[in-house]
Amino acid sequence: MSAISRDEVANLARLARIAMSDAELDHLAGEMDVILGAVARVQEVASKDVLATSHPLDVSNVVREDLVVASLSPTEALSGAPASEDQRFKVPQILGEE
Amino acid sequence: MSLNYDQAIEKYEPTLGLEVHVELNTKSKMFCGCATEFGAKPNTQTCPVCLGLPGALPVVNKKAIESTILIGLALNCSIAPYSRFARKNYFYPDMPKNFQTSQYDEPICTNGYLDVEIETDEGSKSFKIEIERVHMEEDTGKSLHVGGNTGRIHGADYSLLDYNRAGIPLVEIVTKIIPKTGKYAPQVARAYVAALRDILRGLQVSDVKMEQGSLRCDVNLSLSRVGSGKLGTRSETKNVNSLRSVERAVTGEIIRQSDRLEQGERIIQETRHFLEESGQTRPGRSKEQAEDYRYFPEPDLVPVVPDSKWIEELKKTLPEKPADRRKRLQSAWSVPDKEMAAMVNAELLDTVEQTVLLGADATKARSWWLGEISRIANDRNVFPTDLISVKDVAEIIALIAKGELTDKLARQVLEGVISGEGSPVDVITKRGLKVVSDDSQLMKAIEDAIAASPDTAERVRGGNIPAAGALIGAVMKATGGQADAAKVRELLLKHLGQ
Ligand SMILES: [Zn+2]
Repeated sequence: MSAISRDEVANLARLARIAMSDAELDHLAGEMDVILGAVARVQEVASKDVLATSHPLDVSNVVREDLVVASLSPTEALSGAPASEDQRFKVPQILGEE
Repeated sequence: MSLNYDQAIEKYEPTLGLEVHVELNTKSKMFCGCATEFGAKPNTQTCPVCLGLPGALPVVNKKAIESTILIGLALNCSIAPYSRFARKNYFYPDMPKNFQTSQYDEPICTNGYLDVEIETDEGSKSFKIEIERVHMEEDTGKSLHVGGNTGRIHGADYSLLDYNRAGIPLVEIVTKIIPKTGKYAPQVARAYVAALRDILRGLQVSDVKMEQGSLRCDVNLSLSRVGSGKLGTRSETKNVNSLRSVERAVTGEIIRQSDRLEQGERIIQETRHFLEESGQTRPGRSKEQAEDYRYFPEPDLVPVVPDSKWIEELKKTLPEKPADRRKRLQSAWSVPDKEMAAMVNAELLDTVEQTVLLGADATKARSWWLGEISRIANDRNVFPTDLISVKDVAEIIALIAKGELTDKLARQVLEGVISGEGSPVDVITKRGLKVVSDDSQLMKAIEDAIAASPDTAERVRGGNIPAAGALIGAVMKATGGQADAAKVRELLLKHLGQ
């Protein structure tokens, strides 16, 4: 049985806003299935008391003091924006409500 | 047929759930050093981290973690020995990163409670509100929608984004479901948010200004037939921005949902928006299709592992609980329950306490703030402390205590201070409002009054003390109300051999 179906891949693509052709979906569903199979093999040997890794280094509590540092100027902040108006980022309205 | 509130509540049992978002008052943002000032010019408080530029690395603000732990401790929560951040992925331009850094299955505080009390016709009632979790996240940017409002993607429609608020530390406090509040559901919801706000204020971790959005409440509500034992489908009303609105939103949803159920319709699980003017809600995005945020652990941040020493140190800094403080002040000031509740509801407890700390008598302080000053404030739709300072009120009360002002004169002084004529002493001098305490001047007025009503005076001499009232009135009139009535009475009776 495959670890991920073509429909699930299509749904992930939709959630991630990635347009995919049917051929690409067919192709990727197979590849992702192989990747997930490999992950499943690793999980077989991981005991319950091993925490899921989210960071390659075993460090915790990396914090900074609550100090203000200089921000970018609005010109700098907006320099990468495709469009701006009134010192604000201008974007197409993607969700109508709210 | 539509049910009114009482009918609805007789037939349906409401179940509440409350989510409160509170902006912390740290100087810098959650994961970067940008300032957090409210009302700054657009996009003046951003950097590569909070703009989500490639390669930027977030680092957690220590004060934000400590504030969140303090909130958890004040709400009787367990502090997780290991907690992580997660990415909540979604596509909406209010977050430039296309995700919000939040906490998902590993929140920093869990399983607490907060006791709230409400006043009812049947006396005061207490409810234990259980807290599911307290977690850290970041606020989003502010959108300004320009163009048509068809609710569809239109070429002409666009949004303008200011990311100053994006990345300000936000703490979300989520209750477990709150069952069995019955007809008191709206009051309980309000009392919970009020109690929470008092705690947050006491902890000094947030400005808790609902009107500025630093404290926002989402109200989850469902109805079930009384006795059915089954939970109904809930609606979630977003961003309810005042205590009064919390109460109204709950009432409004109880009526709306009961109305639908009465008509044989089902409740749709959806997000609704509270309408301030009507007290009703309108539908927002439907949640029929459960949102999938594809949460996963944030790889750029390391776990937060608070050791017991750190937690113990924070515990030591916890202030007195608002409920304990209230009890202490109530007994110190000998205030009856009802008056105490009035003071708390009017949000004047701090003000009265400060006035008392400046030497004023507690009863006097309370009656001035809740009486005359509140009355004028209500008329002008402002808060009492916007009208006059605690110091000036304490001074007026001190002048009354010294016998230099009567209550009547004090009201004129108050009015003068409020209309900007200066300090109480300035007003007294400018308006010539000093109590007439010079005995010889008073005696002259007393003798005049006796001469004008010899018969009355004779009756008082004969032992009819109540008859003195008319003479005292005449003296007060002659002195323009500036004499101390008690003093006049004393001198008059003495003069007439009583
Ligand atoms: Zn920043």
